[in-house]
Amino acid sequence: MFPPVPNPSTGPQSPKFGEQDLMRRSASNVTPPAERQTEVAKLIDVSKCIGCKACQAACIEWNDTHPEIEENVGVYENPHDLTPDMFTLMRFTEWENPETNNLEWLIRKDGCMHCEDPGCLKACPAPGAIVQYSNGVVDFVHENCIGCGYCIKGCPFNIPRISQVDHTAYKCTLCSDRIAVGQGPACAKACPTQAIVYGTKEEMKKHAEGRITDLKSRGFANAGLYDPPGVGGTHVMYVLHHADKPEIYAGLPNNPTISPIVEAWKGMTKYAGLAVMGVAAVTGFLHYMVNGPNRVSEEDEEAAERLTGDRSS
Amino acid sequence: MSTNTESDVGKGNSVHPGKPVMVDRYTGGARINHWITAGSLVLLALSGLSLFHPRLFFLSALFGGGQLVRAIHPWIGVVLFFSFLGLFLRFWKLNLWKREDGTWLARVRDVLTAHDERLPEVGKYNAGQKLVFWSMSILIIVLITSGVVIWDEYFAAYTTIEQKRWAVLVHSIAAILAISVWITHVYAAIWVKGTIRGMVRGSVTGGWAWRYHRKWLRELVAKPPAKDEKRTAAE
Ligand code: HEM
Ligand code: SF4
Ligand code: SF4
Repeated sequence: MFPPVPNPSTGPQSPKFGEQDLMRRSASNVTPPAERQTEVAKLIDVSKCIGCKACQAACIEWNDTHPEIEENVGVYENPHDLTPDMFTLMRFTEWENPETNNLEWLIRKDGCMHCEDPGCLKACPAPGAIVQYSNGVVDFVHENCIGCGYCIKGCPFNIPRISQVDHTAYKCTLCSDRIAVGQGPACAKACPTQAIVYGTKEEMKKHAEGRITDLKSRGFANAGLYDPPGVGGTHVMYVLHHADKPEIYAGLPNNPTISPIVEAWKGMTKYAGLAVMGVAAVTGFLHYMVNGPNRVSEEDEEAAERLTGDRSS
Repeated sequence: MSTNTESDVGKGNSVHPGKPVMVDRYTGGARINHWITAGSLVLLALSGLSLFHPRLFFLSALFGGGQLVRAIHPWIGVVLFFSFLGLFLRFWKLNLWKREDGTWLARVRDVLTAHDERLPEVGKYNAGQKLVFWSMSILIIVLITSGVVIWDEYFAAYTTIEQKRWAVLVHSIAAILAISVWITHVYAAIWVKGTIRGMVRGSVTGGWAWRYHRKWLRELVAKPPAKDEKRTAAE
C-alpha cells in the first residue's frame, strides 16, 4: 500500500505555492515561473473503491458546502449530479461483461481532473477567474468569476457548476488550501481502502503500475492508467480495470480533448473577428479621407424645387 | 388604395414645397423606435465585446463589472429584439428588392465615388440600405436564438453542452458581423451629409431626396396632397 500523507504539524506554516507559481491565468498573460514545482496528482483506484462515499462526506466537511437534501429515487448516486455544493460524486454503473457474463459494479469518483491543458481556463473570459499553478492544480478564484458559464463549455469532462447563490463557478480545488500546507486532499485522507491516494505525479504513476500489474494477474488483461494525453495528462488519474473502454465508467470520455468548436471560438474567431471589425472601421475612415463628404448641391435643391413647383401649379 | 402608396413611400412621408423643399422622412414613432434599437445595439456591442477578448474586458467597467455585464447583456438583447421587430414591421415592405437595386449595386464604384448622377433612380431605400436591413434582420434572429441557448441563468437546462458550444461560436461570429454591418451603416450616414437629420429631426431637404432617392421624391410629389393631410391629421 501507499504510505498515507502524514498528519501535519499543528504550528503555523507558510503556503508552499501561490501567485508566484502561476503557469496560466485566465484571460491574462503571465510569465510562467522559471522553475516548475514538482507536479502533484491524486490517483483514484476504481478497483479498490467500495462506494462508501466517505470522500464525498469529507469534501463537504472540508469545503463547508451544504448540498440540498434530495428525494431517494432508487439509485445510488447522491446527490443526483455534481452541483455547486458537491465537488465530487460517486457514479455507479452496473455493467455486464460480455466476455465473462459477470455483472460488474463499476464505481467512479467523478470530479475535476486538473488537466494539464485545462479547457475551462482556455474558455474563461474573466481575467484571473481560473488559475493553474505549476504543480498542476487548476483553481477557480471566485472574486474574479463573473458566472458566465464559459468554463462549462470549455471543460471536456462536464465539471464546473454555477451557483445560483453567488453566481460564480465551483468545482474540486484538489484541496489547494490543504496541499499548500502539506496535507493531503480531504477525500484521500478519508478513504478507508486507500482507493484515493495523493503524492507527486511520478509517485502516483509508479504506484499505479504496481496496481495494474496486480489487476492483470487477477485476469483484468486491459487494466491500465487513465491519464489522457489529449488534455496533456491530468493531475487526477484513474486506475481502471477496463482501461480500453473508459466510457463504461459512467461515461468517462475516451481520449478527451478540448472541443474543436471551443478551439475555433477561442482561436480563429477572436483574431479574424477583431480584424474584420478593424478593417470595417479603417476602411470607412480612409474612404472619408480620400473622397470627403458626399454633399447635396445647390442644383439638387433647385431641381427639387422645380419638381415640387410643378405640382403646386 | 392609400396603403399601396404608403408602402411605396413610407408612412407619414410628404413634401413641403418651399426654399428649400423639405421632405418628411420619419415619423416621431419611427425615430424613437430607431434610437432605442441603436442604443441597445451599442450597449450590446460594448458589453459583448468585453467578454469577447481579454484586451476588451476593461469595457465591462462601463456596466459596473463583469458580473453585471453577464447579467444585463442578455436583457438588453431582449430589448433589441423587440425594438428591431418594431422597425422590421415598419420598414420591411420598403426594403423589398427591386429591379433598379441590381443596377445600383453593379455601379458600386460610382456609389463610392459620389457620382450619384450616374446611378438609377431609387425609392425610399437604395440597395446598400436594403442589404443593411436584411442582414441585420437575419443577424438579430441568429443572435437572439444563440443568445438564449447560452443564457445559462434561465435556460441552462434546455440544451446540451455541445449545443451551447456551437451557440457561443455562432453568437460571437454573428456579433462580429452585426457590429461590422453597424459600422458600415453608421459610416454611410456620416458620409452622406443630411442623412442623420432625417433620423434626428425626421425630415430631409428636397435636394437630398432628389440626389439620393429620386424615385421616392417623385412618388411623394405625385401623391395627392389632400389624402396626405387627412392621414396626418388622423394620426
Ligand atoms: C439578441 C439577443 C441577445 C442575447 C439573448 C444575447 C445573449 C448573450 C449571452 C447569454 C452571452 C454570454 C455572456 C453573458 O451571459 O452575458 C453573450 C455573449 C456575447 N454577445 Fe450577446 N446576446 C444578444 C445579442 C447580442 C448582440 C446584438 C451583440 C452584438 C452586436 C452581441 C454580442 C455578444 C458578444 C460579442 C458576446 C461575447 C461572445 C464571446 O465571448 O465570444 N450579443 N450574449
Ligand atoms: S463562470 Fe467559469 S468561465 Fe465564467 S468567469 Fe467564472 S470561471 Fe470563468
Ligand atoms: S476537468 Fe474540466 S474543470 Fe477540471 S481542469 Fe479540466 S477542464 Fe478544468
